[in-house]
Amino acid sequence: MSLTDSTRAQMREIIARYPQPRSALLPMLHLVQSEEGYVSPEGIEMCADELGLTAAQVTAVATFYTMYKRRPVGKHHIGVCTNTLCAIMGGDQIFAAVKKNLGVANNETTADGEFTVEHIECQAACDYAPVMTVDWEFFDKQTPTSAVQILDDLRAGREVRSTRGPVIEDFRATERVLAGFLDGKSQQGPSAGEPSLLGLRIAHERGEAAPASEQKEA
Amino acid sequence: MTALTPVLSAHWDEPDSYTLDGYRRHNGYEAARKAITTMQPDEVIQTVKDSGLRGRGGAGFPTGMKWGFIPQGDGKPHYLVVNADESEPGTCKDIPLMMANPHVLVEGVIIASFAIRAKHAFIYVRGEVPHVLRRVQNAVADAYAAGLLGKDLYGTGFDLELTVHAGAGAYICGEETALLDSLEGFRGQPRLRPPFPAVAGLYACPTVVNNVESIATVPSIIANGAEWFSSMGTEKSKGYTLYSLSGHVKNPGQFEAPLGITLRELLDLAGGMREGSTLKFWTPGGSSTPLLTDEHLDVPLDYEGVGGAGSMLGTKALQIFDQTTSVVRAVLRWTEFYKHESCGKCTPCREGTWWLVQILERIEKGEGTEADIEKLLDLCDNILGRSFCALGDGATSPITSAIQYFRDEFIAGTHTPAWELFPYEASSLLVGADA
Repeated sequence: MSLTDSTRAQMREIIARYPQPRSALLPMLHLVQSEEGYVSPEGIEMCADELGLTAAQVTAVATFYTMYKRRPVGKHHIGVCTNTLCAIMGGDQIFAAVKKNLGVANNETTADGEFTVEHIECQAACDYAPVMTVDWEFFDKQTPTSAVQILDDLRAGREVRSTRGPVIEDFRATERVLAGFLDGKSQQGPSAGEPSLLGLRIAHERGEAAPASEQKEA
Repeated sequence: MTALTPVLSAHWDEPDSYTLDGYRRHNGYEAARKAITTMQPDEVIQTVKDSGLRGRGGAGFPTGMKWGFIPQGDGKPHYLVVNADESEPGTCKDIPLMMANPHVLVEGVIIASFAIRAKHAFIYVRGEVPHVLRRVQNAVADAYAAGLLGKDLYGTGFDLELTVHAGAGAYICGEETALLDSLEGFRGQPRLRPPFPAVAGLYACPTVVNNVESIATVPSIIANGAEWFSSMGTEKSKGYTLYSLSGHVKNPGQFEAPLGITLRELLDLAGGMREGSTLKFWTPGGSSTPLLTDEHLDVPLDYEGVGGAGSMLGTKALQIFDQTTSVVRAVLRWTEFYKHESCGKCTPCREGTWWLVQILERIEKGEGTEADIEKLLDLCDNILGRSFCALGDGATSPITSAIQYFRDEFIAGTHTPAWELFPYEASSLLVGADA
């Protein structure tokens, strides 16, 4: 068990953000995952204790949300979007290649504890399809070859950088961000990827813009 | 030819567009100053009403009117909750917006909170996008440090707290009352209405829930005026908006244009369909909006135009599929999504989506029966309008529209697998050794 008094203190920090304590439960569960690698029974007890709930009440919430895991997640969480658009653009092949490379099925973890694999739903990056995620960071416009390369690089301990985000650390580090603690990485990665900028670039080329303001700047 | 109108995206090409300095370089936070120091809250609401802004999250409800429903002088706390749970399949506008320009959202939150007399606002961001969350968290922290959030804003006595909250992977939390339950620390299941959130929302207090793009649009309206905004767009669908093109087009991406632009125009901007391909079907606003086909290239993409074509503008997420695509495969995959995301609260959706998947799986394998098509339609009829919330309704849209336009493909599913009719590798964008 890795939960400590410091975890408890951070839970109280989260609770202080909200007008009513129970609102803190989702980020508190993310905090538990950042410490334990999953929603552990001890983590559930600690959340319940801090919020004056029963373990059953906390468990009922934890089991509703897909991102909360009942079993320990590997060092890295690998997601491949297989919702319709990504699947058709190549996501199904990427998911097959990832599972084959790691020798695991959906929602399983490799024996060495490095990777947990999951097919995920729409990541709101459809103009970058097909997409995958490592520890929930974007990896845009993937192929089976590029996906396997990412796994090889992670295994070898080489630096792997999200296409629109930071250098990859691990699943637990991401969960800390989800619990609402700043990690100083917001300046990594671009403002926007190329597809996000396509319309803007065309507007610049054509000299198109929104109408000029009718009012003086405030 | 409709001219593009980048406003929200106007500076996304600058390397520091997401920082406070980058935002202030282009008059950032001046609209908030103007609203709070020179306008009354009701004047702000009236300006947004006059602009004709309609909700950009899918339903298209007039934003100013939603704000106007908040009771005044009721002695209860009021809350603003930004729905940043962008999860509708195909929808990919709020995520790049918050990544590249989170401050425009924070500024919109300040103005909207002032208008509805809220002292605490929340941005509920889906959990699967940590880098977007970082950008929003940092924007909020920087705004606090600069005195743009917190106590006594602009020396007017107006206080505002803003909390950034991460979800945990549940599409249903994009439904506004499910989002509120989730934000209160419960399972994200929709609430019975009435009472509407304007009367009893977060913590049973008057609450406005608005989409990211809706709130982010507000600073430009306050800065430039309602008439400026309504000079763009069509008669009942005013202003500019983000259109997202994805799929079998040469160059997928985001296009900020006046409401009413057509798919023909947008396809042209995206470089057309990919090499050697023709348009087969598309969604105008995510997977919950009925499919359209090449008959609909010239439909104005505004609320009325798309409605008139039998679909919905939704989130303006145009997913484009070409002639290589099996509509049965596409629809099955969406249906599996709705089955997975159904919250389980009501029977038609929970059970219905499960049965829809069973039948569609048979049809994809070429093992369906003629009766299956009628059974699908009958199930959809028992889900649509009988579910607790719009998730169930949305689940039926791809199925009924696909059968309407491509019934032959479902009939073919009684004898031939979809992957034989439409070899799946032909649909993918993968080339060379990957194909």
